Formats: sequence, structure tokens, C-alpha cells
Amino acid sequence: MTTEIATFEPVIIGFTCNWCSYRAADLAGTARVKYPPNIRLIRLMCSGRLDPTFVLKAFAEGADAVMISGCHPGECHYIEQNIKALRRFELLRRTIQQMGIEPERLQLVWASAAEGTRLANEIARVTEEVRALGPLNWPAGRNGHLDAAGLEAAWEATGGEPGGPPETPGGENPEHAAEAKR
Amino acid sequence: MSPTAKPAAKPKLAIFGAGSCGGCDVAIANIYEHIVEVGDAFEIVLWPTIMDGKYADIEALADGDITIALINGSMRTEETVHLAKLLRRKSKLMVAFGSCASEGCIPGLANLSSRREIFDTVYATDSTDNPDGVRPTWEYKAPEGTLHLPEFEPQLRTLEQVVDVDYVIPGCPPESEQIWAVLQAVVAALNGTGPLPPKGSVLGAGTSTVCDECDRKRDVKRIDRFVRITDQAAFDPEICLLEQGLPCNGPATRSGCGALCPAVGAPCIGCYGAAEGVVDYGARLMSAYASVISADKTDEIDTILDGIVDPAGQFYRFSLATSLLRGGRSAWKNGGEE
Repeated sequence: MTTEIATFEPVIIGFTCNWCSYRAADLAGTARVKYPPNIRLIRLMCSGRLDPTFVLKAFAEGADAVMISGCHPGECHYIEQNIKALRRFELLRRTIQQMGIEPERLQLVWASAAEGTRLANEIARVTEEVRALGPLNWPAGRNGHLDAAGLEAAWEATGGEPGGPPETPGGENPEHAAEAKR
Repeated sequence: MSPTAKPAAKPKLAIFGAGSCGGCDVAIANIYEHIVEVGDAFEIVLWPTIMDGKYADIEALADGDITIALINGSMRTEETVHLAKLLRRKSKLMVAFGSCASEGCIPGLANLSSRREIFDTVYATDSTDNPDGVRPTWEYKAPEGTLHLPEFEPQLRTLEQVVDVDYVIPGCPPESEQIWAVLQAVVAALNGTGPLPPKGSVLGAGTSTVCDECDRKRDVKRIDRFVRITDQAAFDPEICLLEQGLPCNGPATRSGCGALCPAVGAPCIGCYGAAEGVVDYGARLMSAYASVISADKTDEIDTILDGIVDPAGQFYRFSLATSLLRGGRSAWKNGGEE
């Protein structure tokens, strides 16, 4: 195991639904179930609210993985919108794979409001899977909102120059760099 | 007016094709006899497809001397990037003309691959006759001096990712009557008889989606298969193509073309780019497709999705270079070298 992997703390964006998985996370907290702090939870009203744009934006702006979670099939507060999330998940996984992003970086977890421990275990599992994959370091997003001049600068950084371009074009993820220093 | 004074100079127009197929130039020429009126209204200083023109003549112009520059094609080589910057400096208004300039278009799909992968495909496949394994070099020292080729940049960029752009005219290529309408509006604005659209406007297109312009009937929003057209007679001429299982990009694509493709039984491929307000074209389309698939178990969903053989190509055929991810990982890694 290289030093980089040993010190790498993945950043995972977790989308939870208001009725099941967010409450599962809440329950895990109340019950003091421990899970890795790598996940940043975002609450949606329903996993069906998950626009694939959110997932791509997360990857583009520095997330190493995205975890979508919702009510178990058949238990959705909005009848079947979690099934839409399941279909979007399947379609997204196929597309990101073509972009060179490992499908394991996008995960789908069902968790009811009573399954705090299950959710915590799943978060731990996803964290370890992503840690093994290493950082994603997608450089596009950090250039995404720049003006033409800024993009030009970022472009120069992506190399093509003799003498060898940088290992991670577009600059280090500040969060990863901070981790590596510790 | 003194006897030697020249008549008032006409506004200058430049049309330049960067990394393009020439289709945009043809679309402009397809305004037919109106092209004479364009010649009356403008002094055309550069249009390499149609007339002789020297880059040096452009360099000799004062900054801002060209009234409007229509740039089509993508930014892939050092040369096109240089010309885009030069024309930006010399022009008051710069228009990203057509899909390549505005969103990368089909050449933008090359952003799924690194420079090396692209060159391997071009210079080193089994059917390539290249026994010495010759690859392009950007510099070559000949006895007479050093020769330069414009460098092939690590990634394809759109015009807007290189210089400031005033207007966008979408389409692959833009429809000729839309082009003529835009040119008329520009001439009117220059004559002071009409307003110039606000900077950043998308011209020559609508704000809604192709579905809104499509006459086909939509009612059942359940799809149990995705197929490719093999026999056109097998498809109903009146019902929505997406409902019949043809992957149609209408739900995310900007209106403006008049829904020409679905009208003749071919699914929309999305050449007019993202509809107003869409952040990521492919994401919008994935969302739309996923919503109408009639399966709720993973294996059934997978069977239906197998019908979409190339998801990235389907969802980002024209817009990969402007998508949130902008390309594939190998195009970013090591500056796109490997």
C-alpha cells in the first residue's frame, strides 16, 4: 500500500431522502452508531428528486464518490419515485464508466428510517471501497466556472509541455493535498 | 465632403472555420441570393472557404475594426486558438456559430480519449499503412531551418472556452433561414432600425425543446425497449419516436430547427444543443429516459438499457466539451498525453 492510499481520506457526497435514509442517518446519530466522517449528507425530499446533474457536478467539483440513498423499493413516500432514482443510477453508472470513472464511485443504498446501523455500515463499506480506488481528482470542475482567462491558465496547467506534464493536471485538490501533508 | 473622400466604409464581416467540416459555411451559402445582400451590407474581409484572404491582412487591421466575426468549428490546434484570439481582438462582436464553436459537437467526443489514443487510432491501426510508425511532430529541423506544425492541443475546447463570445448561433449546422434572420437583425441594428440583442444571447433558435416543435403524438410514457432503426416501416409515423423505443434526444434539445428529423422518422440527435436552463445536456436526457423506462427491477432495467449501446455518445453527441465533466478521464490524465 502506497503512502498516498494510506493517508487518503475520500470525499463522498451522500444524497438522502427526507423520509427514510435521512432519518436512518439521524437514528444512527441518536444511537451513537459510529461511521466514517468522509460522507457529506445532503437531504432531498425524495431520491426521485435526484437530478443526474447533481451527481456529475459532485464528481466535477472534487467528490471522490457519490452515494444515493432512499427508501426501500415499494416503500417510497411518493409511491415509486425511488424506482426512478434506481433507473437514473443504472444509466449514470453506464455513462460515467465510459468517461473513465469507476462505477463503484457511484453507489445506491436503500435504508429505511429504522435502519440506522445498516446505513452506517453501508457508509463504512463505501468509504473503504473508494479509499481502495484512490482519489478521483477530476480537474474539469475546478475550471468549470472560470472565465476565459482563468480557463486558459488552467489549460496551460494541463500540460502538453516538454519535460512532462503534472501528474494531476489542473492542480491538486486542496482537500487531498491537506490530507497528504498530515 | 472633399473630392478625395471615399464613400462611407461598409461594416466588416469575417467568417472563419476553425476545426470544422465545412457544413457551417455551406449553411451560410444556402441562404442563396440573399448572399448578395450580405455582400452589399458588409465588406467581407475573411471567409477562407469562399474567397481568398490572408491572415496577414487581418493582423494589419486596427483592433475592433471588424464589426462581426462568425466563427464556426472547434478549437483543437494551436492555429485555430491563435486565429480565435486574433479575430477576437479585431472584432467588435464575436459569434460562436454552429455546434462545434458553441458546444464542441461531434469532434468534442474526442475528449473521451487522450491525445495518444487519438493518434494511435489515426496512425497505428491494423489497416493503417504506416510502416515507419510516423507520428506528427510540432517541430522539424530541416537544413533550411526549423519547420513548425500547429500543435494538436491535449483537449478540444469550444470558442467560449478560449475567448469572450458575444452571441451563440446553435445547430449542426444552423438552419439557413435562421442564419438569414440573424444576419438581417444584425444589419438592422447596424442601421439603427432595430436593437442589438443583449450580450450572451442565443440567436437563431428557440428557448423551448424540440419536443415542443414536434407534431408527433405523445401519450403513453412507458418504454419497454430501446432499439435502433432497422426498418422505418415498422414505426408508426404519428406517434412519438421515444415512446416507440427510438432513443430521441428531443426532450433536452433546444428548439429552432422545426423538428425536421422526427418529422421524417429519424430520432432527434440533439444538434441544436441544450435547451434554455439546462446545465448538463446529458444529465437532462438521462433523467428523461430513466423516468419513462417501464421496469422496476435492476435486471429488467439493465435489459432495457442494453438497447442504448453507447450512452456517452447518445447523451453527449454534441455537448461533451461543454458538459460538467468535459470529457473522459484519459483526456485529463497527464495532460492528455497517455
